[in-house]
Amino acid sequence: MARVLARRAGGPRPSARLRRAIGSRTALVALLALVLVGLWWLAGAQGVTGQRLLSLAVRGVMLGGILALGAIGLTLIFGVLRIPNFAHGDLMTWGAYLALFGLTLLPAGQPLAPFSFGAELLLLLVLVMPLVGLTGYLLDRLVFRRLRARRAPSVILAMAALGGAFLLRSVIYLGWGADFRNFYTGRPRPAVELFAGIRVRPDQLFILGLALLLIFLLYLLLERSKMGKAMRATADNADLARISGIDTEGVIRWTWLIGGGLAGAGGVMFALDTQLRPEMGWWLMLPLFSSVILGTIGNAYGALVGALIIGVVWQTSTAFLNPAYGPGVAFAVLILVLLFRPQGIFGRPGGA
Amino acid sequence: MGDAALAKSLLLALPLAFLAARALPARVPWIARALLGAAAGWAVAFVVALVVPPGQMAYLVSFAIVGSIYAVLALGLNVQWGYTGLFNIGIAAFFAIGAFTSALVTTSMPTGAAAAFSQQAFGLGAPFLAGVVAAGVAAGVLALLVGGPTLRLREDYLAIATIGIAELVRLVFQNERWLANGPQPLRGIPQPLACLVRDPGCGWLPPPLAALFDPLAPRDYPYVYLAIATLFVIVVYLVLERAIRSPWGRVLRAVREDEAAAAMAGKDVARVRLQAFVVGAVIMGLGGALYAHYMIAIDYTHFDALYATFLVWVMLMLGGSGNNRGAILGAFALWGVWTGAAFLVDLARPVLAAISSDLPARGPYLRLLFIALLMLFILLYRPKGLIGEERFVSRDSQGRDG
Repeated sequence: MARVLARRAGGPRPSARLRRAIGSRTALVALLALVLVGLWWLAGAQGVTGQRLLSLAVRGVMLGGILALGAIGLTLIFGVLRIPNFAHGDLMTWGAYLALFGLTLLPAGQPLAPFSFGAELLLLLVLVMPLVGLTGYLLDRLVFRRLRARRAPSVILAMAALGGAFLLRSVIYLGWGADFRNFYTGRPRPAVELFAGIRVRPDQLFILGLALLLIFLLYLLLERSKMGKAMRATADNADLARISGIDTEGVIRWTWLIGGGLAGAGGVMFALDTQLRPEMGWWLMLPLFSSVILGTIGNAYGALVGALIIGVVWQTSTAFLNPAYGPGVAFAVLILVLLFRPQGIFGRPGGA
Repeated sequence: MGDAALAKSLLLALPLAFLAARALPARVPWIARALLGAAAGWAVAFVVALVVPPGQMAYLVSFAIVGSIYAVLALGLNVQWGYTGLFNIGIAAFFAIGAFTSALVTTSMPTGAAAAFSQQAFGLGAPFLAGVVAAGVAAGVLALLVGGPTLRLREDYLAIATIGIAELVRLVFQNERWLANGPQPLRGIPQPLACLVRDPGCGWLPPPLAALFDPLAPRDYPYVYLAIATLFVIVVYLVLERAIRSPWGRVLRAVREDEAAAAMAGKDVARVRLQAFVVGAVIMGLGGALYAHYMIAIDYTHFDALYATFLVWVMLMLGGSGNNRGAILGAFALWGVWTGAAFLVDLARPVLAAISSDLPARGPYLRLLFIALLMLFILLYRPKGLIGEERFVSRDSQGRDG
C-alpha cells in the first residue's frame, strides 16, 4: 500500500512502466501464444507429426467447450454473488449422476446414429439442467444466504462451498458407489474422419455443438433480457446495482439457475465423452478456475475464451506429457496469469 | 506382565505428565509443576497400562497416534488460518511432500529382487531426525513457491492455488515411478527407535535403562511411536504458543483483522503473510514425516483432499480457530467421531440393507455426509468452535474480551 502511494506521488518510474507493459493485455496474449508455440516446438522436437498436433488442437477446442459450460457458471457465481464456488465441479458431477439415474428409469432407446446415445439422453439433459440449477439455489438458500446476511468475507463463503462440495459428493457416493460408470456400457464409439485425417467421435462434435448453442442462448439472455442486464450490472458493481433498485433476490436466483444448469449440462457432456466418477468434478475444478481467472472473474465471454485456451493447451501438452498431468498444465497456465496479469485478459488494470 | 506394564507406562507417561503439569495452577513454581506432573502422569500411565486389556489398549494407542498426527496438521493450519486468515485448502500438498521427503531420505535403495518391482530416488538411509528436518524444509520451500506469487493477490486466489498444488503433488507421486515407486506403495520406511522393542536392544542406551525396556516385544512398537508422536505435538504446541504471544504473533493477528491498518503501522503485510504460510506449511510437513514413519508404506492415495485437507479443516473449526489448544482438541475429538462413526455404521448395517442391498457396502460414506453437515453447521451456527479464540493482548496479561 505504502509502495503504491509513493509511486503515485512520484509519477511512473521506468520500472513501473516496465511492470505495466509486462502486465498489459497484449503481453498476456503474447505470452499464452508463446506457451502454445513452445508446446508445439517441444512436441515437434520429439517427433510428433503436425497432423497429430492439429488433431490435438481440435480435441482441445472440444474439451474447451465442455470446460466453458462449467467455467461460465463459475465465473457468473463468482462475479455476481462473490462466491468462489468450490462446489461447482461437484455440481457437474451431480448433473452427470442425475442423468445416469434417469437412464436407469427410462427404457433404453436405439442410438441416434452416428451418435452413441439415444433420444432419452437429450430428454434427460433438458430435465437435469434445471435440477442442478435448483440444487445450487437450494444450497444458496440454506447456507450462503445466511452467511451473506452476516456479511461473511469471501473466504468463509469459499469454505461453505467446500462443505457443500463434500456434501454433494457424499450423496453421490452413497447413491452410486465409487466405481467408474458409463451412460451406455459396451456401446461402440468409433471415431470418424473429419478432415485432413483428423479423427473425432461424433459424440464430441455433438458436445461442441451443444456447448456453442447453450453459450449462444446465454448470450441472448445476458444481452437482450432485463434479468441479463441486471446480472451484468451486479457483476460489474454490486453496491451500485443494489442502489439502482435492481431485484437482488431475482439476480441471485437466476445466477444459480443459469450457472448450475450450465454446470449440469457440462457434467453430462464430460461424462458422455469420458466416464462417470464421483471425483470427476473435483478434478475439473482446477481447469475451471484457471479458465475463469484467465478470462477475468465475472466475464462470461472471458470464461469461454479462457476455457478454449486451457482446453487446447491441455490437449496439446499430451503430445509429450503423461495425459494424467492435464489439470497440472491448467494449473501452470493459472500461475503464469497470476504472475503477469492477475486480473485476466479482459480485466481492468489493478482489477484483482 | 508387570514388567511390560512398567515399560509401557514409561512411554505413555509423556503426554499425561504434560497434561497434568498444565492442569496445575500457574502460581506453583514450574519445577514443582514439572515434577508433580511427571509423577501424576506416570502413575496414571502405569495404572492404565496395567488395567486396560491389551486389545483395547492397542486400539487406544493407534487412535492416539493418528490423533497426534492430525493435531500437528491442525496446529499448522491454525498458524495459517486461525492466526493469519490464510485460506489453504491444499494441506494435502504439504502433508504429502513432508511424508514422501522423509520417506525417500530415510529409506535405503532397493537391492536385489526388490529392485525389480520397486523404484525410488534418493534412498540415503539417513536417520529419522534428518528425515524430519528434510520434510520440514521441503514443505517450506513448496510453500514459498506457492505463496510467493499468490499471497499478494486477492485472498481467494490462494485457495485456488493451494488446491492446484495439492493436485499437482498428488499427480507427481502417482505417476513418477522413478521418484517414489509411482502408483505402488513406497515401502520399507524405517521405524525410529525400533531398537527399544527388538532383542539386541539399543546399543547407545545405558544398560539399566535398556533393561527397563527389555520386556517389550516388537508388537509393542506403537507405544514407542506414541511417545514420539505426542512429543511432536507438545514441542510444536509450545513453540507456537511462544511465537503467538511474541510481537510476531501480534502482527499476524493484526494482518488478519485489518490489513490496511497493519500496513499503515509500517508492517510489511505481504512478507508477514508469507512467513505465516511457510511456518504453517513446515509444521504440516513435519506432520507428514510423522505419518510416513508410522505407516511404514505410503502411496499417493493417502493424501487425497478428503483425509488430508477436509478433515483437518473441520478439526480446526470444531476445536476453535485461533486457539492452539482448540486445534489439538478438535483433532482428537473429530478423529474420535470419525472412527466412532465407523462402529455406528457397522451397527446400522441391517437397517441400511433393508433400504437397499447396495447401501451396506457404501455405509462408510455416511461418515463423509455427517462430517460435511457438521462443517456447514459449525459455519452457520457456531463459527468459533468448541473453545473459540483465545483473546489476549500480550504475554501474561488479562484477556480483552474476558
